[in-house]
Amino acid sequence: MAYINHEVVERQMTKRRTKNTVFKNLFLGATLLALLALVVLMYRMITQGAGYLSLDFLQNFSSRFPEKAGISAGLVGSLAMLAVVTPVSLFLGVGAAIYLEEYAKKNKVTTFIQMNISNLAGVPSIVFGLLGLTIFVRMLGMGKSILAAGLTMSLLILPVIIVAAQEAVRSVPGSLREASYGMGATKWQTIYKVVLPAAIPGILTGSILALSRAIGETAPLVVIGIPVIVQFLPDGILSEFTALPMLIFDWAKRPQEEFQYVAAAGILVLMMLLIFMNSIAVFIRNKFQNRY
Amino acid sequence: MKKWKYLMVTSMATSALLLGACGADQKAGNSSSETSTGAESSDEQLQGKIAGDGSSTVSPIMEAIVEEYSATQPNVQVAVGVSGTGGGFEKFINGETDFSNASRPIKDEEAAKLKEKGVDYTEFEIAYDGISIVVNKDNDWIEDLTVKQLEEIWVDNGKKKKWSDINKDWPNEEIKFYSPGTDSGTYDYFVNDVLEEQQLDKSATLSEDDNVLVTGVEADKNAIGYFGFAYYEANKDKLKIVKIDGVEPTHDTIQSGDYTPLSRPLFVYANNKALEDPAMYNFMEYALNNAGEMAESVGYVKSPDDVYAEDKKKLEEFKK
Repeated sequence: MAYINHEVVERQMTKRRTKNTVFKNLFLGATLLALLALVVLMYRMITQGAGYLSLDFLQNFSSRFPEKAGISAGLVGSLAMLAVVTPVSLFLGVGAAIYLEEYAKKNKVTTFIQMNISNLAGVPSIVFGLLGLTIFVRMLGMGKSILAAGLTMSLLILPVIIVAAQEAVRSVPGSLREASYGMGATKWQTIYKVVLPAAIPGILTGSILALSRAIGETAPLVVIGIPVIVQFLPDGILSEFTALPMLIFDWAKRPQEEFQYVAAAGILVLMMLLIFMNSIAVFIRNKFQNRY
Repeated sequence: MKKWKYLMVTSMATSALLLGACGADQKAGNSSSETSTGAESSDEQLQGKIAGDGSSTVSPIMEAIVEEYSATQPNVQVAVGVSGTGGGFEKFINGETDFSNASRPIKDEEAAKLKEKGVDYTEFEIAYDGISIVVNKDNDWIEDLTVKQLEEIWVDNGKKKKWSDINKDWPNEEIKFYSPGTDSGTYDYFVNDVLEEQQLDKSATLSEDDNVLVTGVEADKNAIGYFGFAYYEANKDKLKIVKIDGVEPTHDTIQSGDYTPLSRPLFVYANNKALEDPAMYNFMEYALNNAGEMAESVGYVKSPDDVYAEDKKKLEEFKK
């Protein structure tokens, strides 16, 4: 008696092969569909917006004439907001991650905090907008300033940064810490000289992706009431300002058809900024990660 | 280790540069516009910050005014949001803005809240708009509606309405409604003056973005919608306008008041205390001097001259 019934194997072989092909094509289709959507979007934006993209577009203020409209107030405003978001969210986010990973005892309270941070990451951005409006804009009297918007955005991306930083800190091998302790280093010395340098690439990659989210986010700004008719550049952290997505939103609402193209040009600028930031993240990941 | 420190230093330097760049841009922008305009206008250069918010209908006029004004007074920073008439008044009541754009007169309850907060305000009429009723291009049964019919079409009667319910000769198909959102003054005005405070049909698609209404009506043969005149003007070739009691909204019929009850004035409400600030006074003076011309340039209709004269008289009381 043969251990393998070749006839049965033969019969099942075609079935298994077909199944294999079907699933392969199914998943290929899923990938291509997602890619197609992106290509169509890019194609539309580029064909519509490219004509309005110029140096003037980057330097002018918004205007009632589509050909004179520019994005400078939004671009500078968004970058200024980023200059508030970056230090605040990095300091708070990495600090919280280090505390949770290195200092906090693994008990119920920590688990509870942990769970809430994950939940916060899923809260819709408009809710953070309402929070920002109530606390920063009204209660603390910051007005519709860069500071208020920046702090709101920091809150929005903080959970994402904490989770990313935690992952990075956790992935530092325990042997490195043990070695450091073995040399007589204190906890802080270990964190500062061993854990952080090893974790920094992971932290930065996650943070930059979170920061790009802050740049593109519109809902919280709409709720805060960031103005769109702004013919000046911000002159300080408490200055009123407008942001890239707000201008795009405003242009898309205009009655004249030409403004749809101006909006497309604005989207191109925003996308280039995002692609630039994301490539920094990729660069950091490739260059600095896995050194141990 | 070195790499890490290098990275930190680089990122810090980058953000410092970023902040610095903002500052530098600002100075460059200011000085260049100062030199370019300084020669043309001999007016003294004022400084100040002015905040406004309000109606999306008024915002194209306000943008034109702010755009021109900032060329004459580059150091007065005027920032205007577009939260809708209701949203704008909410901020105005809160004292967050110095003026509020409105596409309807202030409501009693809003006035009461302002009084409660001790905020005195002045109303300025700046232009005219005609709410335009539009239907799909392929709609061949409607040319003209009476105000009564309009009311019948839009009022919520608890069930789905068909065109044939209004007039037996019209098709037996369900009406699709497109209306500005509840935060907009256009909605308030329509409900107030056409529906006389009755409920607008609940099946209506509401949007704060008038382009959504334009595309909605454009795509559906059984659709009817309404919005400000400027949106109709910009989309004339895509939509069909409906006459009201035989009058089509045009520049002339809106200005003369023949297009009634749907022509309406647009307002700016200014905080009296803010008007005592020279920059704010200067801005309002500029706005009133140019509102008519700017309104025309963005598709609205200017108010009669005596309205602006009246406005200016009101404003002069705040002159120091």
